[in-house]
Amino acid sequence: MAKLTIPEEELMYPGHVGCLGCGATLAMRYMLKALGQRTIISVPACCWAVMPGVFPLTCLKIPMLYTAFETTGASISGIRAALDAKGIDDITVVGWAGDGGTADIGIQALSGAVERGTDVMYVMYDNEAYMNTGVQRSSATPTGAWTTTTPVGSTKDWKKMPKKDMVEIMVAHKIPYTATMSIAYPEDMIKKLQKAQKIKGPKFIHIYAPCPTGWRMAPDKTVEIAKMATACGVFPLYEVENGVYTITRKPELKPVMPYLALQGRFRHLPQEELDGIQNEIDKKWNRLLKLEEFTKELDEMEGD
Amino acid sequence: MVKAVISGNSASAYGAKIAKAEVIAAYPITPQTSIIEKIASFVANGEFKTEFVKVESEHSAMAACVAASLTGARTYTASSSHGLLLMHEMLIWASGARTPIVMSNVNRANGPPWSVWADQHDTMAQRDTGWMQIYCESNQEVLDSILMSYKIGESPDIMIPSMIIEDAFILSHTVEPVDIPDQDAVDDFLPPFAPEKKLDPDDPHGFGSLVMPEWYMEFRYKIAESMDLARDRIREVEKDFEKRFGRSYGGLMDFYEVEDADAVLMIGGSVASTAKEVIDKMRKEGKKVGLARVRYFRPFPVDEVRWLAKKVNKIGVVDRSYCFGHGGPIAAEVYGALLPTGDRPIVKNFIAGLGGKDITPEVLERLFNKMLVTNESGTEKEIEWVDVKGHSLGVE
Repeated sequence: MAKLTIPEEELMYPGHVGCLGCGATLAMRYMLKALGQRTIISVPACCWAVMPGVFPLTCLKIPMLYTAFETTGASISGIRAALDAKGIDDITVVGWAGDGGTADIGIQALSGAVERGTDVMYVMYDNEAYMNTGVQRSSATPTGAWTTTTPVGSTKDWKKMPKKDMVEIMVAHKIPYTATMSIAYPEDMIKKLQKAQKIKGPKFIHIYAPCPTGWRMAPDKTVEIAKMATACGVFPLYEVENGVYTITRKPELKPVMPYLALQGRFRHLPQEELDGIQNEIDKKWNRLLKLEEFTKELDEMEGD
Repeated sequence: MVKAVISGNSASAYGAKIAKAEVIAAYPITPQTSIIEKIASFVANGEFKTEFVKVESEHSAMAACVAASLTGARTYTASSSHGLLLMHEMLIWASGARTPIVMSNVNRANGPPWSVWADQHDTMAQRDTGWMQIYCESNQEVLDSILMSYKIGESPDIMIPSMIIEDAFILSHTVEPVDIPDQDAVDDFLPPFAPEKKLDPDDPHGFGSLVMPEWYMEFRYKIAESMDLARDRIREVEKDFEKRFGRSYGGLMDFYEVEDADAVLMIGGSVASTAKEVIDKMRKEGKKVGLARVRYFRPFPVDEVRWLAKKVNKIGVVDRSYCFGHGGPIAAEVYGALLPTGDRPIVKNFIAGLGGKDITPEVLERLFNKMLVTNESGTEKEIEWVDVKGHSLGVE
């Protein structure tokens, strides 16, 4: 039998108030298992600002600072600065924000924090819309999706723009470590988080966290959907260390259609739009394969 | 003790240094910049051991200060005008989170139209953020108020942030002799910041979680209680400071020649020192005038205003900002403080000095004379804009 690599220690207790089938609860649970008890977390307005429970209760066994929507990057900078001032270097400081809090309203503070080389881990748990406020589109909402602010209607007003690529934006900041991970692959997630924890400087983590409520899908399909997302190339698992790309799961890509069909948010899409989505996924995957090849080659050349 | 001839901004930087702020997060804005430049040079020269986070905005400056304070560090920042306005959300966060941050703010007018010169609109617009506000008259007061504010704010029963306010250019860029106290004396006066609770993995808590309506008001009431308690703490700390350093500033409201005055001007900021000169001159001419300097605007010196209203019959409130819709903010507080008492002096509201328009000795003398001759109470010319071109309410 394969050795269990997921730490047994639980730092998230039962009793969270998330929705049935919430992917973000798994994301938090695995992250805390990976990082351990000497962790301080700052969380802006997002589902996780509510999910630990209402005062005076909390389901987390680590200190948590609730902060304003757009401030996660600044907030973790402040925590790190205070720890540095006191000479404390054995605590992992984590900013934990949703996709809207990261890719939209929080991108300035995040950019500032990583540009300053702050020794923190920033995690974007991505449920692809403003879910806590009731499913409004964010810049991380994928092309074609229905949300309450892209409500389709008679004018076919679904999200037309591509999903903002936060990993590429972070890579452009030349930070030492960026990775994608999925709640469907906890071993991969924990391995990457523990690797990131040992790296000094800014780390950016993009976690794929399905939202049954907002994606209009069955709550027992969360892990299955997440597996499909990686299998069809919608959400590839890879890491970028000092500009060098490594794809950590390289499947023969399956068609995207069954993935889309399980989610009500894509139900309205006509065939040509579905073909367009498939086409974009293929292009993105091929680009990623080439990036991996190219950056590894470049790294070897520079190493010589 | 070192005697230095320095600007208000330099005095601010020295204040943060000798208070041993452990984390400073700040963003440049005219005319605050020389505060953070001075701090940067202290750090670069190894004179000041602090974590200076050069954030990408004022909003982030305050967010970082809140987080650092909750991690147990003494924190400082500085801003002005639009920077302060951008911080607004986080100012409320800072007081709600009970973080005794100290911030210097250089009073500058808000745009548009653009102006970099002095008025009080930026800080007055932060009235309801839950910060203590100290309007300074001199560079020495700027430095001393930083030291006192940490001591007041960090008291376990207070835990409220403070804004130390200096007028753009008039204090920020004008040099004056300032005593810089010895580090040992400051350390003795101001022990290290030691909050009861902080972000600590060995004692994990959530800071700022969701509360239901059954508890929210209780959190707000505790801030209100602490702010009220701060009035006495301000007076106590200033007495202690005076004993140690030989300087004091009148607590919440600084009175000058009011005991027998026929008319008093009430005013905040550096214009107070001009007014004192004018009072000396007019008293020589037999005119009994005096000054009530608003030092603290929050908490508001309610008792002091009521005491003053028993002594004098005419109070002219000079506001260096305006609340569009009705009146200046200091005047509104004065009317509010006097309403429950039986004392009804004539109170007039002068709006003057917006966007750096000079409030000269001549202007102040005119206002004093106007107050001396006025017998109007009631609503006629209750609010007058001073020296506004083409405006019928300008003071002749």
